[in-house]
Parts: sequence; structure tokens; C-alpha cells
Amino acid sequence: MHRTGELSGQFQTLEQQKESATLGMWLFLSTEILFFGGLFLTYTINRHTYADVFSYSSRTIKLSWGAINTVVLIGSSLTMAMSVWSAEVGKKKLVTFFLIATLVLGGVFLGIKGIEYHDKFVEHHVPGLGFDMYYCTKNPGACNLRPEDLQKERVELDELTKKMGGETAVNANSQLFFSLYFGMTGLHALHMIIGAGLLLWLIKQSMAGRFTTQYNTPVENVGLYWHFVDIVWIYLFPLLYLIDRH
Amino acid sequence: MSTTPPKPPGYQLPEEHYLNATYGIRSWLLTTDHKRIALLYLASVTFFFFIGGIFATMIRIHLLTPAGYLVTPETYNKLFTMHGVAMIFFFLIPSIPAVLGNFLIPLMIGAKDVAFPKLNLLSWYIYITGGCFVLYSFATGGLDTGWTFYTPLSSVYSNSAVTPAVIGIFINGFSSILTGLNFVVTIHTMRAPGMTWFRLPLFVWAQYSTSIIFILGTPVIAITLLLAGLERMFHLGFFNPALGGDPILFQHLFWFYSHPAVYIMILPAMGVISEIIPTFARKPIFGYTFIAASSIAIAVIGFFVWAHHMFLTGESTYAALAFSLLSYLVAIPSAVKVFNWTSTLYKGSISYDTPMLYALGFIGLFLIGGLTGLFLACLGLDIHIHDTYFVVAHFHYIMVGGAVMGYVGGLHFWWPKITGKLYPEFLARLAAVILFVGFNLTFFPQFILGYLGMPRRYHNYPPEFQVLNVMSTAGASILALGYLLPMIYLTWSMRYGKVAGRNPWPATGLEWTTASPPLTENFDVTPVVDWEPYDYKNRPDLGLQTPTAPTLAPAHGDD
Ligand code: HEM
Ligand SMILES: [Cu+2]
Repeated sequence: MHRTGELSGQFQTLEQQKESATLGMWLFLSTEILFFGGLFLTYTINRHTYADVFSYSSRTIKLSWGAINTVVLIGSSLTMAMSVWSAEVGKKKLVTFFLIATLVLGGVFLGIKGIEYHDKFVEHHVPGLGFDMYYCTKNPGACNLRPEDLQKERVELDELTKKMGGETAVNANSQLFFSLYFGMTGLHALHMIIGAGLLLWLIKQSMAGRFTTQYNTPVENVGLYWHFVDIVWIYLFPLLYLIDRH
Repeated sequence: MSTTPPKPPGYQLPEEHYLNATYGIRSWLLTTDHKRIALLYLASVTFFFFIGGIFATMIRIHLLTPAGYLVTPETYNKLFTMHGVAMIFFFLIPSIPAVLGNFLIPLMIGAKDVAFPKLNLLSWYIYITGGCFVLYSFATGGLDTGWTFYTPLSSVYSNSAVTPAVIGIFINGFSSILTGLNFVVTIHTMRAPGMTWFRLPLFVWAQYSTSIIFILGTPVIAITLLLAGLERMFHLGFFNPALGGDPILFQHLFWFYSHPAVYIMILPAMGVISEIIPTFARKPIFGYTFIAASSIAIAVIGFFVWAHHMFLTGESTYAALAFSLLSYLVAIPSAVKVFNWTSTLYKGSISYDTPMLYALGFIGLFLIGGLTGLFLACLGLDIHIHDTYFVVAHFHYIMVGGAVMGYVGGLHFWWPKITGKLYPEFLARLAAVILFVGFNLTFFPQFILGYLGMPRRYHNYPPEFQVLNVMSTAGASILALGYLLPMIYLTWSMRYGKVAGRNPWPATGLEWTTASPPLTENFDVTPVVDWEPYDYKNRPDLGLQTPTAPTLAPAHGDD
């Protein structure tokens, strides 16, 4: 590939090139659906088997950060859609602007995710790293929790322990929940990071004025990818954060 | 024999073609030409075939005596595991798609290349990277979980190098996915004018179906092995009952890919056979649309039969019934193909050239493999023969007798196109016969062994099974000779073979209308297709006067 919109050697026409790229992206996304599908299935089965522990574990995740992140991500989908639109109508400056906006929102999302992961680390809720659901209640002050929340947690945890017949069961099963939590959100975050890389590449191209009304398939395809990653989150958020909130 | 290749009158190698267009190792390692990438794959899958073959030889030598002859029980576990992993993931799955598919699809549809040539090269590098991880695992402790990686053996108890192997197979999966994606897009958007869907060679239909399985199945095994690997590395519990996980879930996820994967292995071979049969029967293929549609049907139904590998895990009887029924259904499109091939032979003017010998062998062996699959899908019978040598014989009839025969037959069929040279016909026929005999001697006794109750994956066996085991090992040595021969004479023919010309058989496909070996751009001008597939009647350009009486006998390397 050489200059703006130039045709790669194996194609005859620009339309053929565009059609190929778009079809390729859709096929890639169908692969992705099945890739995440294995995780969703594992989640569903365990959620069904260990409903109580999953509900409880889900409630220990802070809702506010997840909710903010959902809004941030939907916002980034909007800016992404705007940049695709700008490319189609040939507003070169706007393309760059909206791409940067998308990148910033993506960065905010990842930052917040980092804070959440850090919280979980402090609370000893990371599987494999001294996992202990009872850490916060047994070490008051070690976790960043308000006293009334801690009290609530203690009550709920006692009840759950009785129901499950011991701390070992609670820890084993909630470790499953958090393995899935980190597995799913981690894989999602990895996709966000790859998306951010793609956005950087697009921004560079866009600043060089490469995207025109005739040639804007890369923007469109990265857009498809970005929306897909958003949609995954739209499923992850209720499954992981909202199992049982009242 | 002279040292310079002989040149028969009339045929000349083209002055410039894809093999001599550029020189040097860089021009190969950085190539985006689908034909060169195909050859890169040819070299690498052959390498893994060797590795897998060495393990197989050791297994068969070990089983010469009831107590086990060669290795410790632990090493025996590693041998069959590494044999399976090398053969399935690094030889058979990529073999026909990545070698023949890469080489032929653009030529068959009249395109300059695949839709994404750089991605195609990347797929090869991904394959090599995955392969290195797996070789690393083999070299540092080996692998003893069985190619199925069942948990919690693989995630908790095994002391072998599971982690690098799992990572390697995970990585390799993306090579399959990207190759599949590339093929589907290529077939959709790169066809030459006039090359309608129902003029596509059946090989292309088969590759299309296979690619769908690549795209929809492979990600599932990727995530499954990733989870098993994470479980092993960080002591998580997805599939570990001690931590509340479910080992049966692993099996479901594993077979959700791995049953369709058996169709990844056989469908492309069926495509090869569908090309060879009409060529050497000099007749249009019987029931083109049925064969094309049955490929798609196999790809689709193949996704809904996975739990027939798990009848003995205590799955519910109703589930087992459904999966048994669906497994019977998937045999229908396979049978459709067999019937269509035999009908094509009926009243054809058949010549028994090497590719045809492989094709005929394929039909017989696939028939046995497929029918014994139905035995296994039968709920009551499977209780008796599950995890015995009967299963081993079943899948070797299909994977070796079917898929590998198709691959080797296809290599012979398109060898003149790939290299521009003919192989020595007599030796090639001899090798085909040796393979057929060696194969049956190796694997038929295993049906009996399994039926009598010899379990698979054991390092020793009761003395009464020795005779059949010795037969099997004897067959394996004949089989090995049968594989070595083509490797030798095909390599030899690259330099010393007779020049083939454009269309030595002659065959009807678009790939035969261009030079052998083809130019880098495949065709001088974009071809326009105005004939129907396999139409021997209306193709005066082939030099056959009437469809039943060929005036031009197929070209041979030694006549
Ligand atoms: C005609 C349709 C087929 C049917 C109904 C069928 C049925 C079965 C069944 C029920 C089993 C499980 C046996 C057991 O574990 O007890 C099995 C195993 C197997 N089949 Fe088939 N099969 C068919 C075609 C194929 C094809 C086309 C291939 C490969 C190209 C294949 C390869 C295998 C392999 C590799 C195994 C053993 C897996 C393992 O446990 O390691 N089968 N088959
Ligand atoms: Cu199966």
C-alpha cells in the first residue's frame, strides 16, 4: 500500500477492496463472539450452581465505578460513531477530533478499571494472590470500606457461611466468581488496549489526511471493532455487578 | 540418467514463474505470494509429520510385547500424547487447507492472490510461533495428558510441560482462524468474472466449509485451553472439582471444537477427491450441488454432535439420545458424497493414475471409518468399545486412511502445477499400493483388538493380544516405507522430473489454464469463465475428442 486510498495489488477495484475488508472484520467479530462465548458459558453454569455465593461476591464490587465506566464506554461508542460519520462526509478535522475523544474515553475506562483492580487487590479478592473473602471483616481497617458497609458485609457473610457450611466452601466458590470476573474483564480490557492501539494508528493516518469520502474503510472497521468491545461490556456489567443489588 | 532435466518436445518451463521470480531466503520469508506461503507450510507441516511419525514408530515398537518393549509407562504416556498433538494440531489440521488450499484457491477462482496476503504470511508466522512453544514443551519434560488435555489431569496433576504446550496450541489457533477468514473473504470477493458460486470447483466449496469451522470452532478451543492454562498457572478452579469447578464442562468445551475439528481434517480431503475422480473418470461429477451442499451441511451439523464423545461421563440419557441421533444425521451428507463419487465412476473412462489410486483408496477407507463411527455413535455399543482400540482404529481410518490419503493424493495431483515437473509414475503407483496395504495391516487389527477389549492409552496388554499387535507393528513399518517413498521421489522430481506442461492430466479447472509453475500474478490476464465445472463434453481445448474416448493419455513421468 502506498498513497491515500491506493488499491492493493491483489484487488481490481476499490469497492472490492472495501467489501473484502468489511467482510473480514465481520468474520473476525464472529470469531470473537465464540471466543467470549466459552467464558460466558462457564460463567452461566457456575452462576447457576453457586447462586448465593455469586450474588454475595458480586455485591462486594463497588457499583459506582462500574456504572461510571458503562457511561464512559457508551460515550466512547458515540464519539467513535461520530468519527465514522465525519469520515464518510469528508470532514477531515472532525475525524481526528472524534478519534482522539474516543481514545481519551477509552483511557478513562482503563484507568477506572485499574482503580477497581487495585481495590480488589487490597481486599484480597484476587484469585491466586492470598485470596480470602473474610480478609476485610477479619482485619477491620485494612480495606477501604465505610464502617456501615463493613458491618453489612459481616452480617451477610456470616449468613452465607452458615448456608454453605463453612468458610472453605465460600472461599472456593467465590474464588470461582472472581476468577471469572478477572478473566472476563481482563480479556475485555485487553481488547480495549488493542483498540486503543488501533485508534492511535488511525489518528496518525487521519492527521496525515488519508481518510476521504472514497477511502475510509479503516475508520469504519475499527469502529465496528470498538462497538463490539462496548457491547461485550454491556453484557459484562449486569452479569458481574448487578446480579443481586437492592 | 543425465543430470540436466530432460525436456520433452512441446513442453517448456515458463521463463519466469513464482519460484524463480526472486531469489534468496528473504524473498521466501517475507513473501506475500500465496503459492510461496503454501510451500512454507508444506515444509513445516512435513516437519511436524516427521516428529509425529517418530513418536508413532516408538509406540508401535513398544507394543510389540505384552509387557511393553521400549519405554517406561510414564514415557509411553508422553509418546502417545506428543504423537497426537503434533499430528492433529500441527500436521493434519493445517495440511490440506494451508498447503493445497493456499496454493489453489486463488488459482481456482481466477484471482491474483488471496484477499489479505500479508495476513496470510502472518498466519504462517503464528503457526511457527505456536509450533516452537510446543516443541519447547516436547523438549523440556514432554507432555503426558493425552491430546485431549482433560482436566484436572492437565491443570493439576500432570508433572509434564503442559503450560508451554497449551500456550502453543492457543497461539496456533489464531493461525487457523486467520487462514479461514482469509479464505472465506477470498472466495466471496475475489472470484473472476463468470466464476459463479455454482461454477466453483468442489475443492473450493470444501475449503469454504472448513473455513467456517475454523472461524466458529477454533476460538472455543482457544479460550478453553487458555482457561485450563490459567488454572494450572494460578491454581484457579474453573474445571477443578476440589475448588468447585466442573471437569465435565472442560470436556464439553473441548469437544465443541474438537468434533468439528475432525471435519476440518476430512472435508478438505473430500474436496480433493471430488477434483480427482471426475478428472480420471473423464466425466462431469455426479450431483455437483449435492456435494457442495453436503460440505456445508457437514460443517453445520458437525457443531451439534460433540457430546457423543462423552456418553460415559454420566450425561443425561435424553442428551445422549439426542447426540446419538444427531451423529447419525451427520453421516448422511458424508454418505451423499460417497454415493456421488461412485456414481461418477459409473460408465466413466477410468485411468488408474496415482492420484486416482489415492482417491479410490480414500473411498474405501473412509467408508470403513465412517461406518464404524456409526457403531460408536450407537449408545449401547459405545459402552463396550469406548476408549478401546476400536476408537483408535475408527479415527485412524478416517484421519489417516481418509484425510492423509486425500492430502498425499492431492499433492500428487497438483504436483505438476506446483513444481512444473512430473513425478515418476511407476514409483508413485507402487507407493500408493504400499501405503494402502501398510495402512490396513496397521489399523484393521486394531478394530479387532478394541472389540476384544484392549483399552487405548495403556503401556501394556494381556498376552493373548500379542499376535494382532505384532501385525499392527509390521503394518506400521510398511506404512512408513510408503510415506518415505513419495518424500524421496517428489523431492527428486523437482529437479529431475519431466516438464509437465500446463495441463498434464488433462483436468478442467481454471488452475490448469495457466503456466506450470504459475507466474507470480497467477494469470497473464484475468480469466473469464464461460464453462461449467467438470464439463468434459464442451472443452475442445483439453484435447479430448469425445468424453468417453480420450485421445490424449495422461502424461507420465516415466513413459
Ligand atoms: C461419519 C460420521 C462420524 C461419526 C458418527 C463418528 C462418531 C464417533 C464417536 C461416537 C466417537 C467417540 C467414540 C468414543 O470415544 O467412545 C468418535 C471418536 C473419534 N472420531 Fe469419529 N465419527 C465420525 C467421523 C469422524 C471423522 C470424519 C473424523 C476425523 C477426520 C473422526 C475422528 C474421530 C476421532 C479423532 C475420535 C477420537 C477422539 C479421542 O477420543 O481422542 N470421526 N467418533
Ligand atoms: Cu466426534
